[in-house]
Amino acid sequence: MNVNSNKYTYLFATVMVVVVAVLLSGLFLVLKPYQEANIELEKRQNILKSIGIVVERSEAAEAFDQYIKQSLVVKNGEIVSDDAMQAFNIDMAKAIQVAPEEREVPLYIAEKDGENFYIIPMRGKGLWGPIWGYIAMLSDGNTVAGATFDHKGETPGLGAEISNASFQQQFDGKTIMSDGQFVSITVIKPGKTVNPSHEVDGISGGTITSNGLSDMLADCFIPYVGYFKQKTAQLQ
Amino acid sequence: MSTEIKTKTREPLFSKKNQRLLTDPFNDNNPITVQVLGICSALAITVKLEPAIVMSLSVMFVLGMGNVVISLMRNLIPNRIRIIVQLVVVATLVIVVDQFLRAFVFDVSKQLSVFVGLIITNCIIMGRFEAFALGNTPWRSFLDGIGNAFGYAVILVIVAFVRELLGSGALFNKQIIPASWYLSPTTGEGFYANNGFFLFPPMALIVVGIIIWIQRSRNRQLIEEN
Repeated sequence: MNVNSNKYTYLFATVMVVVVAVLLSGLFLVLKPYQEANIELEKRQNILKSIGIVVERSEAAEAFDQYIKQSLVVKNGEIVSDDAMQAFNIDMAKAIQVAPEEREVPLYIAEKDGENFYIIPMRGKGLWGPIWGYIAMLSDGNTVAGATFDHKGETPGLGAEISNASFQQQFDGKTIMSDGQFVSITVIKPGKTVNPSHEVDGISGGTITSNGLSDMLADCFIPYVGYFKQKTAQLQ
Repeated sequence: MSTEIKTKTREPLFSKKNQRLLTDPFNDNNPITVQVLGICSALAITVKLEPAIVMSLSVMFVLGMGNVVISLMRNLIPNRIRIIVQLVVVATLVIVVDQFLRAFVFDVSKQLSVFVGLIITNCIIMGRFEAFALGNTPWRSFLDGIGNAFGYAVILVIVAFVRELLGSGALFNKQIIPASWYLSPTTGEGFYANNGFFLFPPMALIVVGIIIWIQRSRNRQLIEEN
């Protein structure tokens, strides 16, 4: 057999491609349920992390049911549905394609040590790919109780630092409203802080990721602003 | 597998010659410092130790397995499309690794993020397929793959150690430089600051350069004649 003939070369290439394609699609189908379960549990884990509850992935489902009292769907400041599954299954990647006023987004109401928290999901763009996170607000609808961020492929040591606890802790106690108006929280160059209640220090060498995070916050808070204003008004 | 190969090659599994396949890449024939391959990933993922180590392990799997697969097919691969065949083998193995990591060790897969895909572009892998596995038996190819992946891992870990320590003041994400040493912008106390330059790829190149310098000054054989 001449392994260098044209006929053999074509045959080899075809067989190789088919074998590899079958192998990989088979593997993908077999592993997909495991991968999706991981992603879903991680989502529950991250939602809980924003209110300071750190659990193993295996316990995430149970802890989620324990702490999250309500999962709602919010659109332009109004609750449109209280179907928990519908809220949980909202794909934020798709949701942020829509204008903030038109968006249907989830709102999780958690109860921890007798206190209520509003947890809202975030999603935006980093330098290389998507970034996302969860922000827990105190029941006044204004003060941040905790934040957690993650990313797909930001540079380790630089942009990827947004997933570090020391960066996320900066958000605790920041406020998103000023004189009843929504101002969001801005990530700025370290040491340039002017308005400490609405600003946190960015990451040196991770400017584009930091700016992306600022844009994400400014964008993803909008659908909830009306709802939070009502909560603030109720307390006064 | 090993018994079958034993009869074919008629030499002990770890003969002197086979041992050299494992040990050479550590010094005289290091893939990074002597062959100057795989520099791209050595620059990209050595900001911290942890991803550097996970990357090294993944490269070890892909290179060891890939060398065996290519070696098994070495008499079947048409010469004119051999590079494409090699590429398909690397890409397939990398996707298999990535899918398994995502399904069973989710945390590690998150740690590696984009770098798993980058293994495909690692010149060492294609280099060893082309230079070794196409002309050697599976067992020898396997040893060569593991040896070269180790040689790669050693340099990666050294560079990541230097960069994480000097760039972030930490090792394995644990703070090593005492926090009290750091110069505080508000009170003016302290004297130390992290060298942010080490977080950028050029410093990896400089660290690799220094390693090559030390290696060459200790091993005169590596110095070209002219």
